Amino acid sequence: MSDSLAVLKGDNNISLTVNGESISERVPVRRNLADFLRLDLGLTGTHVGCEHGVCGACTVRLDDKIVRSCLILAIQADGKRVDTIEGLSDDGHLEDLQAAFHARNGLQCGFCTPGILLTAAELIETHPDADREKIREFLSGNYCRCTGYHAIVDAIESVVHSRQKKRAI
Amino acid sequence: MSSHSENRWVLDRPNSYIGRSVPRPNAKRLLEGRGHFVDDIVLPRMLNVVFVRSPYAHARILSIDTTAAQSYPGIVAVVTGAQLAERHEPWVGVLKHLQGIVSPPQYAMAVEKACWQGEAVVAILAKTRAEGEDAAESVQIRWQELPVVADAKTALDPDTPVIHDSLENNLCWERNFAAGDVDQAFETAAVVVEETFDIGRHTGVTVEPRSIVADYQPGEGKLTVYQSTQAPHMMQNVFAKHLGMNEGDVRVVTKDVGGSFGIKVHVYADEFAAVALSKMFQRPVKFIADRLESFVTDIHAREHLVKARMGVSKDGKIQALEFDDLTGIGPYSMYPRTSGIEANQIVNLTGGAYRIENYKAATKVVFQNKNVMCQYRAVGHPVACLIAEGLIDEAARQLQMDPVDIRRTNLYPDDSYPCKSITGMAFENLSHIQSLDKLIDMMDYDSLRQEQSELRKQGIYRGIGLATFIEVTNPSPMFYGVGGAAISAQDGCTLRLDAKGNVFCATGVTEQGQGTETVIAQIVATSVGVAMENVRVITGDTEVTPYGGGTWASRGCGIAGEAAGQAGRVLRENILDVAGVILQTESTALDIQNGNIVDGADGDVLTTLEEVARVAYYRPDTFPEDFQSELVVTRHYVPRDYPFAFTNGIQASYLEVDNETGLIKLLKHWCVEDCGTIINPQLVDEQIRGGIVQGLGAALFEHCIYDAEGQLQNGTMADYLVPMATELPDIDCAHVVSMTRSSELGAKGAGEAGTAGAPAAVMNALNDALTPFNARVTAVPLTPQKILEALGTLSP
Amino acid sequence: MKAAAFNYMQPKTVDEALGCLEQLGSDATILAGGQSLMASLNMRLSNPAVLIDINAIDELNGISVVEGRLRIGAMTRLAELEYSPLVSQHAPLITMVMPHIAHPAIRNRGTIGGSIAFADPAAELPACLVALNGQVVAQGPNGERRIVATEFFQDLFETALTDNELLTAIEIPMANENQRFGFRELARRHGDYAMVGLCASSDWSSDNLTELRLAYFNVGPRPVLAEQTASDICRIWPQVRNEMSLDQLESELDPADDLNASSAMRVHLAKVLTRRVIEEWLS
Repeated sequence: MSDSLAVLKGDNNISLTVNGESISERVPVRRNLADFLRLDLGLTGTHVGCEHGVCGACTVRLDDKIVRSCLILAIQADGKRVDTIEGLSDDGHLEDLQAAFHARNGLQCGFCTPGILLTAAELIETHPDADREKIREFLSGNYCRCTGYHAIVDAIESVVHSRQKKRAI
Repeated sequence: MSSHSENRWVLDRPNSYIGRSVPRPNAKRLLEGRGHFVDDIVLPRMLNVVFVRSPYAHARILSIDTTAAQSYPGIVAVVTGAQLAERHEPWVGVLKHLQGIVSPPQYAMAVEKACWQGEAVVAILAKTRAEGEDAAESVQIRWQELPVVADAKTALDPDTPVIHDSLENNLCWERNFAAGDVDQAFETAAVVVEETFDIGRHTGVTVEPRSIVADYQPGEGKLTVYQSTQAPHMMQNVFAKHLGMNEGDVRVVTKDVGGSFGIKVHVYADEFAAVALSKMFQRPVKFIADRLESFVTDIHAREHLVKARMGVSKDGKIQALEFDDLTGIGPYSMYPRTSGIEANQIVNLTGGAYRIENYKAATKVVFQNKNVMCQYRAVGHPVACLIAEGLIDEAARQLQMDPVDIRRTNLYPDDSYPCKSITGMAFENLSHIQSLDKLIDMMDYDSLRQEQSELRKQGIYRGIGLATFIEVTNPSPMFYGVGGAAISAQDGCTLRLDAKGNVFCATGVTEQGQGTETVIAQIVATSVGVAMENVRVITGDTEVTPYGGGTWASRGCGIAGEAAGQAGRVLRENILDVAGVILQTESTALDIQNGNIVDGADGDVLTTLEEVARVAYYRPDTFPEDFQSELVVTRHYVPRDYPFAFTNGIQASYLEVDNETGLIKLLKHWCVEDCGTIINPQLVDEQIRGGIVQGLGAALFEHCIYDAEGQLQNGTMADYLVPMATELPDIDCAHVVSMTRSSELGAKGAGEAGTAGAPAAVMNALNDALTPFNARVTAVPLTPQKILEALGTLSP
Repeated sequence: MKAAAFNYMQPKTVDEALGCLEQLGSDATILAGGQSLMASLNMRLSNPAVLIDINAIDELNGISVVEGRLRIGAMTRLAELEYSPLVSQHAPLITMVMPHIAHPAIRNRGTIGGSIAFADPAAELPACLVALNGQVVAQGPNGERRIVATEFFQDLFETALTDNELLTAIEIPMANENQRFGFRELARRHGDYAMVGLCASSDWSSDNLTELRLAYFNVGPRPVLAEQTASDICRIWPQVRNEMSLDQLESELDPADDLNASSAMRVHLAKVLTRRVIEEWLS
């Protein structure tokens, strides 16, 4: 075995980019990314709903792809780029989705909303012509208890249409 | 000031927000992930509590050894149930108006024995949750397993062990009601349909789990509790009472709540333990129920076995309705609302949409060694609806009558009101027939029947199911207060004109995402005469808001909204008094519109609110000596003339069932609902939709499955099936408006209607689809397994 | 819940990873996509001493055609498989199956190697591999070996991999134009583990159906290749509509009861799925 391969125990240093900012923190090996964002960085917009990877409330972007932050160790994010709801809000990435959700009331309690917005953003990026069925299918891993999804589908559909219109111009 | 209304002043206001689908101002922060949920709170020296929970449904605690746990890193203290019991008074979940209800005292953690799998037994206070869980594994508990009562059907058998030594048997409560002569009516009925409805217990699964941070501050002897709850004042009372504190020294703060649906309106033993521990150790304690804990401790609901029958004439007129209900709750009746209310509602409300003259209902509420059970959205209505709507559809089938026609024959005609149901429910004004007509039109019923018939020939089986329902909203003290509960049915609103002309509003109801704050702001802005942007609504702080009931039983708009409207009118008058003095005019000749003081006749702007406030606050020396401005107004409201403001509605489900696999595809759902005046149409429709989906989940997927040893078999998000986006149809909503005269606003409530009717609509649609096979399913959830058994493909 | 404590290593090469396994033996657990393992750790259902994170091993990535076989690196993310033109061209059955596996965020992290090595009997990819007669490529201290799928899945969560071996790639014979594929599963909700599922592949030449492989999942502790049923179908082909009896499935499948479906129901559903796949091929 290579002598240079370290065994990490206890707390370890990690360096990563979070919402465009360089972060260096010391974290327990076992701490997952969701807890790291919430406890160590105070970014509480990423919510913990189950810790099984099922509800989607903890969804963040890791190197530009949506993932369940409860199923990733913070140390696995070392050297990577994480974007959370706060960062993607502030840089305008979610602007049209947020406006559509607001107008259509595509949220009630707001607990699932960050995960839903990030998922919706990836949906429209990967499937720019998604229809309602595709929207529901892509969202099938995000649990919302308040809305029953209809308003969410409406909101996302309206963004699909408005982006289609912009592309057509 | 009387609230009775021939006078609907608020609805005639200019620039009114009433009836406008205004987007929610407080949604913006939620969209940015900048909400304020309890788990976001971090306080200095805060500890996390981890509970060691009973792995057994029923077991005596012989000994607890916490020495190993105490030496784990990050552990500050380990406390047993017996130790904590010395620090608080137990509670008993009974109310006087449920005659004969019994329940033994319950402590925050199990003391002598654990009575359900998941009951908290030992509390570990740790720096982090992870460290607490590490230590939890080393707590040594010696248990003596006791026989488990896990079947409601045998809970009252003589040889079934009695769970509580202090009680004679496992009966929590029973109620028998009879009116008319059912036996005679059944004898002469042309058709008698009998059915057994077996509803599986299910639960709320709020995305934000139960969350609490208790902060006892020794310097002041004051307790502040940040809690994800629906009823902060009720909790304030409970914490003070059971911790032996002065209520004035207890403050409950509720900010953003990630879904509640009734789950978070109850007193939970583990949450109370967290509060007691904060007081004991004099530092902040946080408890967040994780998802695994939630499934075994969040209240379950709706476990009912109902044997029912309905007698109808050859014309389809209901002659009699009778049922026997058995419901298995947990080992304790929940506090302070009791676990008897759901059964009580079922007795009161089954068949309530129909004129019935012979009615007999019996219910037995029995203790079990399973998780506790209590009120969850629509409380009892979904079961009541399943019974009545299931029976009436079967009667229609046997009479070869269309389900629409049989309902039309039996629904209260729209000119029946006011009247009372056979169980004494007072109806002010409902619109069953108008709603039915609207629904049939909206869904194009005849075309769907046509489509169903054609597809049947191709071996494709679709079904249409209807469900009419009534729904309790705006409850008076008849619901809880008369039983001795410290639960307020009244509510209040305080309005204050600030120095810059903004209106600050504090209300006793709370927000969990339904839009309470928005709707109140709409009413205040309308009644005072300002733009909504200039109204700030504060909820959920017992230190700041008027004493109120919180949000439950769909009371927010109808009760707190009325208080807000009345407060707004009076504030407006007071402001105009000041304006009148400043402008040297009669205040009655003035109005407030758009934040300006205007001429009441022609709307000319005379001055601004900001100017009025400036003079009142900074230059009162310019007023006549006998004039004092009063720019803070509080008004309270409670419905007085009706115990509940009943609403009505009707839903329809259109689905397709695969007769080879038993899988159901929900194609579409409709709801026509009448909640009186609608303040914000979009928010009301979204409440209907969200409520419907909870009902759809219950109809097809959700079931807390226990084995004979009282072990929950499916307590994870992977195994307990909640409805997700692909399983659900679009939902069309429409309304009829029958305003209540109990208030100026005329608004009833809307939050629970969707859940009341959805399961019955789906069950009826399924059974309609299965008609060619002569198969029926009346066990909910309607699973593929049950459907294949009903079809005879599988043997049960 | 929060995971119990463990140690962590992140090898950069297959050799380093093998070195870890050699040194740690059963104390080591491989962390690939983590979509199953992390959930299990979060529930404290497992308590490994050391996690060997193989996400940084570049050699485990990549989809390519090698010696007439489609070779997919173990760490290939399910999302990459889903959208890969090479996969849809050479192993279209995998493309058909992908949208049914969990949900997009899970597929962004989950890997084919992880799914195959974990061998959840309710998972799609192991059955897919069996239907395609694929092979698992494993590396150990004694070098590389190939294990054919039907021998790889041995029992409930048990595979032919030894403690000191690492699954490095999956190899699949490339599809030819005579082949047909079929996939059906029945789940309570989209993306859930299926109550029962079927991955099927067959060879069509003129009027004959040959090489029919019916691989069922969630019908026992491992995917089941129903050889008797398949050969019966081939024998009576194409008169399957009236003459196809699937009673042999009752003896070839031995599913357990669970909360969603009884054993008898699973067998029944397996028959339904079989008929539907065949029906699709016929039309």
